[in-house]
Amino acid sequence: MSVLKNLSYTEDHEWLDLDGDVATVGITQHAAEALGEVVFVQLPSVGERVAQGDVCGEIESTKSVSDLYAPATGEVLEMNDSTVETPELINSDPYGKGWLFRVHVEEVPDLLDAEAYAALVEGRA
Amino acid sequence: MSTPSPLHDIHAGLGAMFTDFAGCSMPVRYGGELAEHRAVREAAGLFDLSHMAEIEVAGPEAGPALDYALVGHLSAVRVGRARYTMLCHSTGGVLDDVVVYRLAERRFMVVANAANAAVVASELRGRADRFAAEVTDRSSEYALIAVQGPRSAEIVAAVTDADVSALPYYGSTLASVKGHELLLARTGYTGEDGFELYCSVAAAEGVWQALAEAGEPHGLLPAGLACRDTLRLEAGMPLYGNELHLSVTPFEAGLGRVVKFEKPGEFVGRTALAARRDAGPQRVLTGLSGTGRRAARHGYAVLSPDGARVGEVTSGALSPTLAKPVAMAYLPPELSEPGTRLAVDIRGRIEPVEAVALPFYQRST
Repeated sequence: MSVLKNLSYTEDHEWLDLDGDVATVGITQHAAEALGEVVFVQLPSVGERVAQGDVCGEIESTKSVSDLYAPATGEVLEMNDSTVETPELINSDPYGKGWLFRVHVEEVPDLLDAEAYAALVEGRA
Repeated sequence: MSTPSPLHDIHAGLGAMFTDFAGCSMPVRYGGELAEHRAVREAAGLFDLSHMAEIEVAGPEAGPALDYALVGHLSAVRVGRARYTMLCHSTGGVLDDVVVYRLAERRFMVVANAANAAVVASELRGRADRFAAEVTDRSSEYALIAVQGPRSAEIVAAVTDADVSALPYYGSTLASVKGHELLLARTGYTGEDGFELYCSVAAAEGVWQALAEAGEPHGLLPAGLACRDTLRLEAGMPLYGNELHLSVTPFEAGLGRVVKFEKPGEFVGRTALAARRDAGPQRVLTGLSGTGRRAARHGYAVLSPDGARVGEVTSGALSPTLAKPVAMAYLPPELSEPGTRLAVDIRGRIEPVEAVALPFYQRST
């Protein structure tokens, strides 16, 4: 299972790529594998303000439905239309083409680094 | 702690993701369940179903014992043939759906769902008590490997001495694969042509590898339980725990034909089942077809056009073959007519669906 060093993570299995106060958000490979093949994604709309920890969307796989939690508080700047149209990108490239949305982060939340996240999914934390 | 399958090491080597299924650790998927589903519809899939229970009923009165214990007429089944039937409670409620193979004049094998193994074995034992028949749970002695899909006959023919083309649907025969003696049956639960191979635990790896190698040029993929569920749903086949349980009889499930009232002698559930047949079921298993990509799932409410709750979804998924959401639900008969417009409550969002005839998918033969 891959955890990328340069990203930050949440306990809800989302990753954030922080560039100044803009975060690109996706779900981790671990989460994608646990869900199974993703067939439907609902993302927050551009301009919507999401609050950290709140449900802001939905990811549906062949077998289950999972809520998507906002990993940070702020305004949604962009959503990935190609992931909405082709949800399997979340499985094939969770850290790349399968990104979900970009958010203008008002305050950088407490996040896990790659090592702490790897420990979490391996049950060491 | 769940029991690993005899094929666990092979699955792990193939990168399988495992799930606990009725106390057994079984592969849920290898690569992706959609590709596995497609492989079964278009080529072939290789399944490990070793979690299923194999219960032997043998003795001079094995046939009459099963006629009494189950709703089918098993003593009329010829040696080398199998029947899909049910074990019902005296209330008529379904305790399990099973496939019964007649292996010899006085020997049958009842294959039950893993979750119901203990109930089926104990009910069969109790019900066979007054007959000259012995009930033995042989589940731990067997591995079960299934090859399902349009190419499965060619694949199985390549690894066995048996005359596969002569084996009818729901027929079985003793066969040899790589020197391993096993029971080869033309049965399955995917809506495709297919075979199930009941072999010893010791033979499981050899049989699996032989089938995997023979299947590779045909596009065979190892397939997990995730795609088995979407395959059987498309084929309109009920799953115990979803469509079948103690509070439905075979009549609600649209399977009244499995109850053989005309067979000789008494059988458990006859009175209740006859009453249900005569009165007609209050609700019937109905197919629902939707649009878009969001599937109604087990437990979601089915609504009438005026918003009243009229039933509950028993199984639902985005159909990989049909590329639309499909579901099954128990509904009042007047709302189950194909073309009836209904709706489902998908986590607060009301989505339109239409009642359709089952199955959703039928193979072209």
